[in-house]
Amino acid sequence: MLGLDKKDIVRELREQLLAIQGFKRSVIGQDVPDFGLNAMAPAFPFGVLPLGAVHEFISPTSACATAANGFVAGLLSTLMTNDMSCLWVSTKRSLFPAGLTYFGIQPHRIVFIDVRTDREALWVMEQALKCNALVAVVAELGELSFAQSQRLQLAVEDSKVTGFLHRKRPRRENTLACVSRWKIRPIASHTAGNMPGVGIPVWEVRLEKIRNGKPGTWYFGWKDGAFISIKPQDATVIKVPKIERYA
Amino acid sequence: MPRRYLAIWLPYLATDRLIKIDPDLKDKPFVLAATEKGRMVIKASSPKAMQEGIAVGKVLADARAIMPALQEFDYEPEVLSSVLEALAEWCMRFSPIAAVDGTDGIILDVSGCPHLWGGEEPYLQAITARMAQGGYHIKAAIADTIGTAWAVARYSAEPAIVEIGKHSEALTVLPPEALRLESAVVQRMQKLGFRTIGQFMNMPKSTLRRRFGDSLIQRLGQALGSHPEILKPVCPIEPYLERLVCLEPICTATGIEIALRHLLEQLCKRLEQEGKGIRTAVFKGYRIDGNVQQISIGTSRASGSERHLFRLFELKIATIEPALGIELFVLEAPLVEELGDLQDKLWDTKGDQSKVAELLDNIAGKVGMQAIHRYLPAEQHWPERSIIETGSLDQMPATPWPQDKWRPLHLLEKPEPIDVMVPLPDYPPILFTHKGKVFNLTKADGPERIEQEWWAADGQPRDYYRVEDAKGARYWLFRAGHYADGDVQWFLHGFFA
Repeated sequence: MLGLDKKDIVRELREQLLAIQGFKRSVIGQDVPDFGLNAMAPAFPFGVLPLGAVHEFISPTSACATAANGFVAGLLSTLMTNDMSCLWVSTKRSLFPAGLTYFGIQPHRIVFIDVRTDREALWVMEQALKCNALVAVVAELGELSFAQSQRLQLAVEDSKVTGFLHRKRPRRENTLACVSRWKIRPIASHTAGNMPGVGIPVWEVRLEKIRNGKPGTWYFGWKDGAFISIKPQDATVIKVPKIERYA
Repeated sequence: MPRRYLAIWLPYLATDRLIKIDPDLKDKPFVLAATEKGRMVIKASSPKAMQEGIAVGKVLADARAIMPALQEFDYEPEVLSSVLEALAEWCMRFSPIAAVDGTDGIILDVSGCPHLWGGEEPYLQAITARMAQGGYHIKAAIADTIGTAWAVARYSAEPAIVEIGKHSEALTVLPPEALRLESAVVQRMQKLGFRTIGQFMNMPKSTLRRRFGDSLIQRLGQALGSHPEILKPVCPIEPYLERLVCLEPICTATGIEIALRHLLEQLCKRLEQEGKGIRTAVFKGYRIDGNVQQISIGTSRASGSERHLFRLFELKIATIEPALGIELFVLEAPLVEELGDLQDKLWDTKGDQSKVAELLDNIAGKVGMQAIHRYLPAEQHWPERSIIETGSLDQMPATPWPQDKWRPLHLLEKPEPIDVMVPLPDYPPILFTHKGKVFNLTKADGPERIEQEWWAADGQPRDYYRVEDAKGARYWLFRAGHYADGDVQWFLHGFFA
């Protein structure tokens, strides 16, 4: 009996700790949308993707950047189901709005802000994160400092808007005040029954850092408007397509 | 844009009004008379009475002698002028600038209005028909100048529309009284044998001035367009402008802020009463050394919120150089729009969307309006043309976003040429080289042929392939042109997630 009590006490203490650190149950507990990331639930505090926080994505190559944007688009499609709008801030944007329809997003619901410098992008992101009429803000930029990321964190604490900070080819992977750090890498696509051709997109999702959670690596694909979890043994095998020859 | 004016003449205004009150009078001869120099003089005569030869200006007793059954009413000039003013206000449905002209006419500044009715002819017909429906006999004319329109409406049997630049020709055949001259001048002209304006139009001005006085030169100039003529609209269009004169020159940022707040408060109060909001606003400071400092803002949708507008201006106050001091502040809103319910159409789903608009205004103020983009689907297959930018936040897609074709998440602005190795024509490539790097491809889908829309552009069709390299990265490649035509060129156009 004593052991159970201890467990309860520890859990309670942990929740209190989380609350002190800004993770209030009231924030994340209420109608948390189902992102379809159940496979990585043990990684998150309270078992759900923290909303009302800034997530950092790091992409070393343009292929990774596309994959990360795809993953973010997958998250956004769940966030935007209640018809709220989203702001997409970027320097050197190459995102093609029509490509978002594959992820179940109505591209006209997103307002794109194309700025020239990282400084401007950060200013826009901070302003946007303060606006609680938005559901999420995505920013694609290069460098930012710890102090700058703190400002973003302060902005979301009041408004509870979710921010996605996508850093493309940063010079240094410096520590930021973000709740998590993700790296998304594309891996071989899946087709039903190992048919030839390009199948559904599959990504290696590496959660390098998560506050009050457990980092790890998972594999996810995007199929029929939802994430699907892929077993590691399936994902690592790069399938060679059947070569068909025609007369 | 050339100015165009429309003159409306209501020859039977007084009698038409009486017939409207008492329809039984319609086919009866009657006159309106007033006392003048101790006798009753006819001031207005109904169409029926006119046919019998009872003209305006006759003494009532003479008219009675011609037609004993003639009915007679009092002539009330005050009532008529108020009727005319009401009519002019009603005419504002045709043009925003309407003015009363004398005792029996209305002048409209119709520049830029007739095209809404499909041209000047339907426009004029619409006005004539509506006036006739209301029971008023009118004659109307459109011309480049007020003077010509007035003259043609009253004295011409010709078509009532004077083409642009043809006003002097239209005037030549009209009698001198068509120039709105005093009766003494007209009499002198008749005495000298001037029957039409054309006879003296081209005479030296000094000669005309010596014989007929300045007024003729002025009236002739107004009809020909060389003299300015000002309309006095019944409902003047008041600019959205507020002024603040300072007792002492202002040279601090705090002082400027106070002035701005003060002006915004006044302007927003007025806008609120009219249900309007600001789209663009200019704040000017007149310095004592004669220099004018100004800052301007634009909003993405009409806003009447003082706080929001102030915040937009606040970002730019630092650029004002007060130097020795600013003695006059002016806040002007050149573009205002209705603050209708329409506004919340797109964004009213959830969340306070006016907040989004305010946020975007803030962003536009800092990084510029050109940074904000929103896209709608265009009904085109060519990838670059398949989306269309919209400047409005409220515009919804006319057609749903196409779902059937898989488009890349990243698209290069300009397709980049690549070298490929293709085992057989019409097969997908097995490797490609881009910027010196070799990508070995393991999987491929395609081709999806996209043709140039022949009505939009000429050029080669593209055969698109979706390919995946050994590392799992997915690309969108295309081949421009047909193998049969010789050289084909391959391009990298996008990345799939």
